[in-house]
Amino acid sequence: MKQDTPTIGKGVDTTLVLLYYLLVLVGFTAIFSVEFRQDDSFIQSLLQLKKNYSKQVLFIIISSLVAVFVLLTDSKFFTTIANLLYTGGIFLMLLTFVIGKDISGSRSWIALGGGFNLQPAELCKIFAALALAKYLSRQETEFNNLRSHLIGIALVLAPALLSVAQKETGLALVYFSFFVVMYREGLPAIYLILGFSVVVLFVTAILLQPIWYYLFICAAGLFMMLFFWKTIRRNFLLFFGIILMVLLCSGFKYVVDHIIFDKVLKPYQSERVLSMFGKSYVPKDPERIAQLEKEKASGKRKDYTYNVKQSKIAIGSGGLLGKGFLKGVTTQGDFVPAQHTDFIFTSVAESFGFWGSALLLGLYLFLLLRILALAERQRSTFSRVYAYSVACIIFFHVFINICMTIGLMPVIGITLPLLSYGGSSILTFTVLIFIMLRLDIDRNMILR
Amino acid sequence: MAVFNQSRRTTITLIIIGVFLIMLIRLMSLQLFTSKYGKLANDQAILRKVVYPGRGIIFDRKGRAILDNITMYDLMVTPSQLKGVDTVTLCRILNIDTAEFKARIVNAIIRNSRNRPSVFEALLSPDKYAKLNENLFRFQPAFFMQERPIRSYPYKVGAHILGYVGEVDSGMLRRSNYFYQMGDFAGRSGLESYYEKVLMGQRGIQYILRDKLNRPIGAYENGEFDTAAVAGRHLNTYIDIEVQQLAEELIKNKVGSVVAIEPQTGGIIAMATGPTYDPNDLTGAGFKQKFNQLYTDPALPLLNRGLQGVYPPGSTFKPLGALVALDEGLITPSWGYACYGRYGPCGKPACTHAGGGHAANLKLSIANSCNSYYAHVFRLAVDNPTYHDKEKGLLKWKEYMSAFGLGHKLGVDLPSEKAGYIPDTGRYNKIFRKGGWNSCTIASLGIGQGEMQVTPMQMANAMCMIANRGWYYIPHFVKSIEDETEKDTILNKFRQKITPLHIPDSSYQAVIDGMEMVVTNGTARNARIDGITVCAKTGTVENYFKNKKQQNHSFFVAFAPKENPKIAVCVVVENAGYGATWAAPIASLIMEKFLKDSLSSPKRKAEAERIKKVTIIPARILYEKRIKDSLRRVKDSIQRVRLEHEQKKRIDSTQLGMNPVLWNFPHEKKQALPMPLLVSKLTAVIPERWILKKTPANKI
Repeated sequence: MKQDTPTIGKGVDTTLVLLYYLLVLVGFTAIFSVEFRQDDSFIQSLLQLKKNYSKQVLFIIISSLVAVFVLLTDSKFFTTIANLLYTGGIFLMLLTFVIGKDISGSRSWIALGGGFNLQPAELCKIFAALALAKYLSRQETEFNNLRSHLIGIALVLAPALLSVAQKETGLALVYFSFFVVMYREGLPAIYLILGFSVVVLFVTAILLQPIWYYLFICAAGLFMMLFFWKTIRRNFLLFFGIILMVLLCSGFKYVVDHIIFDKVLKPYQSERVLSMFGKSYVPKDPERIAQLEKEKASGKRKDYTYNVKQSKIAIGSGGLLGKGFLKGVTTQGDFVPAQHTDFIFTSVAESFGFWGSALLLGLYLFLLLRILALAERQRSTFSRVYAYSVACIIFFHVFINICMTIGLMPVIGITLPLLSYGGSSILTFTVLIFIMLRLDIDRNMILR
Repeated sequence: MAVFNQSRRTTITLIIIGVFLIMLIRLMSLQLFTSKYGKLANDQAILRKVVYPGRGIIFDRKGRAILDNITMYDLMVTPSQLKGVDTVTLCRILNIDTAEFKARIVNAIIRNSRNRPSVFEALLSPDKYAKLNENLFRFQPAFFMQERPIRSYPYKVGAHILGYVGEVDSGMLRRSNYFYQMGDFAGRSGLESYYEKVLMGQRGIQYILRDKLNRPIGAYENGEFDTAAVAGRHLNTYIDIEVQQLAEELIKNKVGSVVAIEPQTGGIIAMATGPTYDPNDLTGAGFKQKFNQLYTDPALPLLNRGLQGVYPPGSTFKPLGALVALDEGLITPSWGYACYGRYGPCGKPACTHAGGGHAANLKLSIANSCNSYYAHVFRLAVDNPTYHDKEKGLLKWKEYMSAFGLGHKLGVDLPSEKAGYIPDTGRYNKIFRKGGWNSCTIASLGIGQGEMQVTPMQMANAMCMIANRGWYYIPHFVKSIEDETEKDTILNKFRQKITPLHIPDSSYQAVIDGMEMVVTNGTARNARIDGITVCAKTGTVENYFKNKKQQNHSFFVAFAPKENPKIAVCVVVENAGYGATWAAPIASLIMEKFLKDSLSSPKRKAEAERIKKVTIIPARILYEKRIKDSLRRVKDSIQRVRLEHEQKKRIDSTQLGMNPVLWNFPHEKKQALPMPLLVSKLTAVIPERWILKKTPANKI
């Protein structure tokens, strides 16, 4: 299968392209409904590029051009350039520490001029995906030993760590989606189970009083001893292993209460996380207690749960059929902060109700399953790993974003793919998806 | 290579589908099974605004508007937009100092937040409005004017008839079954109250979208759920506003009342009470202050004496006594009584005339107002041989009184009418024990004294009944309602002729002839009107206050013309002496004004001027006024000291106001201070009492 003159459209998966434009269109309508007011002139504001929805149109056009450009490239180009791009991306992220621009509290942006800004951490998702694909598809990589596992993990966690340093916790979280990709490529399930266990332990530590928590851990330890009784009789070391684990888990409570909430997370983050479980944040660090007292005394204390409250009100008030396009009172009244970016889902859910939001979820699910199907039909490991990366990145974005708006996750700044307003976001997902489509055109080639 | 991992595709697919399912279930529980969010969203985003329609206008019998609506303006301020406003000019126009300006802004912020407009000065006076309107561009957008319709009384009379509107109180809220809401205005007295349902119209409701800063951003659903306000309907009344004006001027400096009714219709032409007040004082900003002043006045200017003043009718009752006796067949028109200055059989009452023959027949007895004659006639009625029992006789007499409209509420279309009182056997059995009284003991009832009490309205109505020879309509003000339909049942009872007795016309004729003679050559010759036959009866009513005999009340009832009665009048001037001295000329002037449209001769005009100038205030009221005034002087001096003290504190608050931390004034650095801290700082400086004191002025 050799192609001489690259022609757009030939061999491109039309279902995905359709899905892509459907979602982008939904996004535009949603942004429009957030911003448009009864007495605005639609055409005028569209042409003047003063409103966000008009800018979004520009972003969509640019993205489409970039998509065409991507489709016109040679699929080998990406395998060749993957490592270079990755290095460049990391370099850009490091650069933000020097010339970064401060936008809403995180120094993760580079000013491009003309009012446009670039967020390297967004782009790095593509590069990380390419780099991981490249690494796993190398002839010499046998993804079955600890060393290769660690290299893979290091590849994806490096940008994540840089993101955390840039105070973009949300973006960092997305890089964990690569674990799912690596799992598909042979990473033992124990990594995922361990990760899941830590999450469960974390939630338990938040929910339970210390005494119940310790009882819970001890009970779990005893249960394990009974379960592994025969093994323990053969190998007594396991007994000490379990004891050690119980002690470690007991200590975890302290870590959660005194280090994670009091040192690692900012007070407002702690509050958001705890409020999800119906708890209020009571700092134990004397410095933070003093600060809290000061805030309380000055009345400066903000309600950090305001976002999610308003978001739930907007979504919940949508009901079964929604209030109708441009008729959402919460949207029109500007009650939900950051509604055109991170909380764009609320606008859809309020205007179109349960049917609309379920349909949107359905669209995303269809998109993901379609990408998975595409991934599995690749002959080349590179293409497959890359396609899985795309699916998992989108999945994590959708999952975290929507869960955040419906109160299942703490509020983390993360966009809804293809719907949220923003050039960086839409461009990143366009490039992600269209590189995959480009690779898919040559699915029968084995790329290295 | 990784072919053996194929099964993991299924795992990943299942994880993704599982997560989506969790999200879907959560969405279901939020959107389908939790109803509170819809309510929360509407509560915070939709403002339900009640639109008040213009109240109906009240017209007099000649179509002149006597209770109208005018538009006044409130100056509103939005504190967050104050930057760049020329405060100095504004203060100069409003005639306030900058300290006051800042105090008002603090007040506005505390009350309504920075972003919402609040009243800066309520009900601007016309000259302030004109000046402000010229210069408003300097103060926009922080300041703007808001229309506020208020009630106006162009003739400045009829305060007691027309009533006033005021904010509803908690009792009224409850009684209306929460139809009204806190802050609503409703008719509180007079026709405003009685015809509230007609005058108020239908309140409209507007649903307004507001944003997170509480600013209105437009109509909800393009006003689909809004209901339009329907303007109140107008009322056409029988009032002749010029007669009313004259009546009020005549009675103004006295204590008493004038009631004039059109006998054929029962329509009330005028009802004046003295002392009175300008109803315009109870509209707008000065309401509370003025109301308190009126409320505490010992002369009780808020009392509508025409309906609520109760007095023994005195001699004006005599025509009724005569009618009872004539109907019972106890006397004939030619029946006479020999009076020698005192009613012999009981030793009292005394009589003004002693000469023989002043009560030789019914006509003369009325003309000369013979006490003995009517004491006897009353005794005849009580001791009527038909009933063989004084108790039955008295009850029968009371029945007659009731038929004449005495002793019970007539049902006039004004609230708080008094019933008056006609004693019955129970009352006397209580005072004298059963059997301890006889017709002699209670003979003073025959001359309208003793325990009986009537209102001027009831007497005027009784005159209507005599003038009509046996029937009357319940006295009422309102002739018709604009666009009246069958649903408007409120006027029905006023359109039913009431014929409670069937006394023959000849009896009426005899009494009317007597009443005519009262004016031609009886006790009230000064009530004569050129070219009109007036029938009247004077009354000089003995009365007591705290068991101390006071100067007599001057009473007068009349109707005219004799053949075709057009007006019936009752005039009472408290503690003014003989009925003929004050009440009679007043009634005569009123009748002339109504019948001839103006006072005919210069002589009559001079007479009117003379009466207007005379001030007759009872000694007891003057005494109470003196006590109150001396108390006020003490209070005033205390108040002055307190004011000086507050003035000093206010200077402190000015300095606080200068603090750039608190204000966003143009010449000062912008630095916001969070609300709670601001409030706590301010309340530390300004005493709470002071803030509260400012509140009512702006609210009205």
